[in-house]
Amino acid sequence: MRTLFAALTGLALSLAVGVASGADKLKVGYIYIGPIGDHGWTYQHNEGRLAVEAAFGDKVEVVYVENVPEGPDAERAITRLARDGAGIIFTTSFGYMDPTNRVAKNFPDVKFEHNTGYKRQSDNVSTYNARFYEGRYVIGQIAARMSKSGVAGYIASFPIPEVVRGINSFMLGAQSVNPDFKLKVVWVSTWFDPGKEADAAKVLIGQGADIITQHTDSTAPLQIAAEQGAHAFGQASDMIKFAPDTQLTAIVNNWAPYYVARVQAVMDGTWQSHDVWDGMSAGMVTMAPYTNLPDDVAAVAKETEAKITSGDFHPFTGPIHNQAGEMVIGEGEVLDDGVLLGMNWYVKGIDDKLPQ
Amino acid sequence: MTALEAVLLTIITASTPLLLAAIGELVVERSGVLNLGVEGMMVMGAVCGFAGAHITGSAAVGVVAGLGAGVAMSLVFGFLTQTLVTNQVATGLALTLFGLGLSGLIGESFTGLPGVKLTAIHIPGLSDLPFVGPVLFGHDVLVYASIAITVLVAWVLTRTRIGLVIRATGGNHHSAHALGYNVVAVRYACIAFGGACAGLAGAYLALAYTPQWIENMTAGRGWIALALVVFATWAPFRVAVGAYLFGTVWIMGLYVQGIGIGIPAQLLAALPYLVTIAALVLISGNRVLTKMNTPACIGQPFVPDR
Repeated sequence: MRTLFAALTGLALSLAVGVASGADKLKVGYIYIGPIGDHGWTYQHNEGRLAVEAAFGDKVEVVYVENVPEGPDAERAITRLARDGAGIIFTTSFGYMDPTNRVAKNFPDVKFEHNTGYKRQSDNVSTYNARFYEGRYVIGQIAARMSKSGVAGYIASFPIPEVVRGINSFMLGAQSVNPDFKLKVVWVSTWFDPGKEADAAKVLIGQGADIITQHTDSTAPLQIAAEQGAHAFGQASDMIKFAPDTQLTAIVNNWAPYYVARVQAVMDGTWQSHDVWDGMSAGMVTMAPYTNLPDDVAAVAKETEAKITSGDFHPFTGPIHNQAGEMVIGEGEVLDDGVLLGMNWYVKGIDDKLPQ
Repeated sequence: MTALEAVLLTIITASTPLLLAAIGELVVERSGVLNLGVEGMMVMGAVCGFAGAHITGSAAVGVVAGLGAGVAMSLVFGFLTQTLVTNQVATGLALTLFGLGLSGLIGESFTGLPGVKLTAIHIPGLSDLPFVGPVLFGHDVLVYASIAITVLVAWVLTRTRIGLVIRATGGNHHSAHALGYNVVAVRYACIAFGGACAGLAGAYLALAYTPQWIENMTAGRGWIALALVVFATWAPFRVAVGAYLFGTVWIMGLYVQGIGIGIPAQLLAALPYLVTIAALVLISGNRVLTKMNTPACIGQPFVPDR
């Protein structure tokens, strides 16, 4: 299987890269983990790519490869793009971290941008990520306001800090409205399986949740919520067209400004290695229009969004207690990025045992 | 709707696509052919089922389109392995890759479009009964079809002449050929039947399970179906038990998490596989029966001598 995949990926790659030519243009490469048609994670990266094309027109030549598995195939795909004269390459999944760094050592003149990772082993590698948890706080507040049963269902993928941080932020947002709010978490052990995500949504709704939120990539939970009369939030991308009467808002990953800026930097010769973790203030995380909710709820959500954007408020502001009831941080203080990046504990009130 | 009702309904929806795909593959394997392309046929059934329903607005057309797509894919496999006598394992794998790729291409313009849901059959009187109504008499046609096909396959394989011919072809294709049966034709028919079932399973995903088209939406269910057939030792009712057991353990895993008992999610995710394999190995303990059911010629090429 794997070798066949590899062979096919290689073939697809040579075809994709084969058409690229032209000497004075800057070649920009993208490696995607999934299909553009996922309407979530990869879809948003591709929107960013389209923005680069729109911004620079004839001055750039943009190449992308879809469905690249994490691991050795990724290294091959990245090498191929680099060898073919790409000036900057964006690798858009956590598992591309080591391959990206290895390839970068061999191509010192090519700039590499790795999404969601933390390793920068040579000075031609940058990392960038978005503070999605800021959006989670906002939707947590909305959930607590909109829920009649006081119970929300959370469809989670894998127990990594990124996901745990999202759950905690959501819960803190909800508790700021209703201290007794209940959250049911179901781990589906996959990023993408519409069927399983739908099953999880059905089970959660069956257990009394009337708000569904997810950290998985398909639109299925939203549709199940629509079918069963619950409310839900879009994930990674505005999914309103899948459930026009159900989506309350969505956390949108907006990579476009970053991509345009980084390509511009390469053109100007000002590109430097850095580590970026931007959120609402930089426009990297945005909220889809607030729909299907009363004006006062939307107003509160907008207010919170504005406060986070301006930097007046941080979702992880104390006092915060963990599940055992111990105080993690006191009144008025804010958890630092180091704690956030390694988060492997639940805040108080979450009705689940974190799989370790 | 009570919580129990909701769980039972979810289990039935989760099990049906597995049962449909597995029962078709069972017939294929009983005729001596190993088609590893279930996943590919299924995903093509899903995209064509969705497309058919979306274009015409009729879920019935979608079901037929899904079935047709499955058959068309299986005939490609049939032509390669039966007429051109290619290696079945490699061809089956290629069929899966081909199906996944082609479905993505066909489905590109259908991603994100509203789907047509296959509506439940309403039987006056019966469907309105409390509890029994929604659990037993409130499903769509494909749920009932999956049960009917299982019964039919069990009956045909063990009680009819056609079944005997299929089993003979799978057991010893040289003898079947010497007796005057057209081995290649029998296998073509079985392969097409398997394709039809896989296509229906795919159509079920795209029309009833999650009425939408998403690339790669089968997410490995074709492979689970393949494994079910082997672990159920090629016996139709055991396949049904296996499919429902898998669905039950899977949904209960989600259910238990929602209650918050604190069993590790990774274990719960692995449980359906473990429980199903253990249970099927246990009920398939009779070695004589197992040997009788195992198609001896599975995966072997057959070229009729002229």
